Amino acid sequence: MSLVLLQQVISMAAAMLLLISFALLAQRRMLTVLHWFAIHGVVLAATTALVAYSSGDSELYISAAITLALKGMLLPWVLWKIILQMHVHREVEPLVNIPVTMLIAAALVLFSFQVAIPIEKLSHLLTRNTIAIATASVLLGMLMMITRRKAITQVVGFLAMENALFFAAIGATYGMPLVVELGVAFDVLIASIVFGLFFYHIRTTFESLDLEAMEERR
Amino acid sequence: MNVLLTNIAQAVLMVLAAPLAAGMIKKIKARLQNRQGASVMQPYRDLRKLFGKEVLLAEHASWIFRAAPYVVFTATVMAASVVPAVIVDSPFALTADVIALAGLLAISRFFTALAGMDIGTAFGGMGASREMTFSALAEPAMLMSIFVLSVVAQSTNLSTMIHHVLQTGLVLYPSIAFALIAMLMVAVAENGRIPIDNPATHLELTMIHEAMILEYSGRHLALIEWASQIKLLLYATLIVDLFFPWGIAVSAHLPVLAVALLAWALKLLMLFLLVALMETGLAKMRLFEVPQYLSMAFFLALLGMFTHYILEVGVL
Repeated sequence: MSLVLLQQVISMAAAMLLLISFALLAQRRMLTVLHWFAIHGVVLAATTALVAYSSGDSELYISAAITLALKGMLLPWVLWKIILQMHVHREVEPLVNIPVTMLIAAALVLFSFQVAIPIEKLSHLLTRNTIAIATASVLLGMLMMITRRKAITQVVGFLAMENALFFAAIGATYGMPLVVELGVAFDVLIASIVFGLFFYHIRTTFESLDLEAMEERR
Repeated sequence: MNVLLTNIAQAVLMVLAAPLAAGMIKKIKARLQNRQGASVMQPYRDLRKLFGKEVLLAEHASWIFRAAPYVVFTATVMAASVVPAVIVDSPFALTADVIALAGLLAISRFFTALAGMDIGTAFGGMGASREMTFSALAEPAMLMSIFVLSVVAQSTNLSTMIHHVLQTGLVLYPSIAFALIAMLMVAVAENGRIPIDNPATHLELTMIHEAMILEYSGRHLALIEWASQIKLLLYATLIVDLFFPWGIAVSAHLPVLAVALLAWALKLLMLFLLVALMETGLAKMRLFEVPQYLSMAFFLALLGMFTHYILEVGVL
């Protein structure tokens, strides 16, 4: 593959990731949120593999495989199980209504583009244009954590943010060392187990996953 | 052949072929639903029948009601003559750019809505209010998706935009892909197709476009129906020629024009197949979900604009 084509394909993948981050924010149903989250993981893995191919870094292939298994399959499956087992309400309950959230998201994209320009000027990598997209995706994940009422959607926001950070690392420096990446992957896995336990406890104590119930007890 | 002559021929072709396009979508849809379906020439017969019928006017109809069909038809024909269908460098395209095109379509919509309210029936007012609500959302989305192309080509002139796409060749541009999807979504809404509105029913609770023209009859109705068929063909042409301009004639020579005509027809056929598939597979959306759908189209186009600046212009 020629360098130009490769760059275009990577740009396309980055654009897809941004689109999926928006789609995560726009969904109203819990299960579709999970579907989009799984797609987010798969596209991330594919992008990693592409960058691995373009940089010739064989360790990145391993990260891609881990990403696919963990973020594309395992985590969405675990969350799906939790939703089914806990009989969580099927609708996403946003604090701010969805069109307004989207407008804020658009503003965040502009902001991160502005912020990323000086960083991009320092880099000479093929993937330097994707830094702004990764920054935007991190902010969008954070926005999702802020504007959602329920614990599960907040966790999806957190995990999407983690995905975006991973993408930022790939875009900025062709990925972190494999040891670090393995550690992060393991951390995320443990975090998801801890989240699962938390969901369970929150639910048994407050009979709801709505975090406003917790705020009332302060 | 003279470029001007070709342009006029192209405009006439757009106007005359519009009912055929509508008939073709109906036919494909019927075949997909295992029905025989009416002949593709049926819309022509309907138009002829309507032109032959007497016009019935309501007692309270003002001049707006009588003038509206002519305004709508003229504005739509003018808009159709601007769009380059088979030849890129059309002299008419120089007179009006994309913004003027959107303006012409807005005039026709404005008069349809006025006529809907003019007669004072409940349905007309309801249809007008719905149409205005949705078009207020659809128009920015359409303009935004066209602006993505304009920014890429650095011009709002249709011919220049098509030239630019032709020159760059088949390149993977995420921004253009987003703009295309947004444009398709808006085109579906603007032409009142399923899943937004169903052009085939007069079911009172769900209709939008049909509600406004409920009181029309005879040649007035014929003009309005014809105009909406032209609008459908116009949007389809805009989509296939802006995003996939390959095959379009660059010079006004007869063999080139013949190839361009064939390419145009083929591309349209593909698009109509897609539309028919979509209309067969999808159910009509709830009315209150339409704003959400349209704002989604707007955000897609906006994302297209962002990705253009972030990924394609980038840091030089």
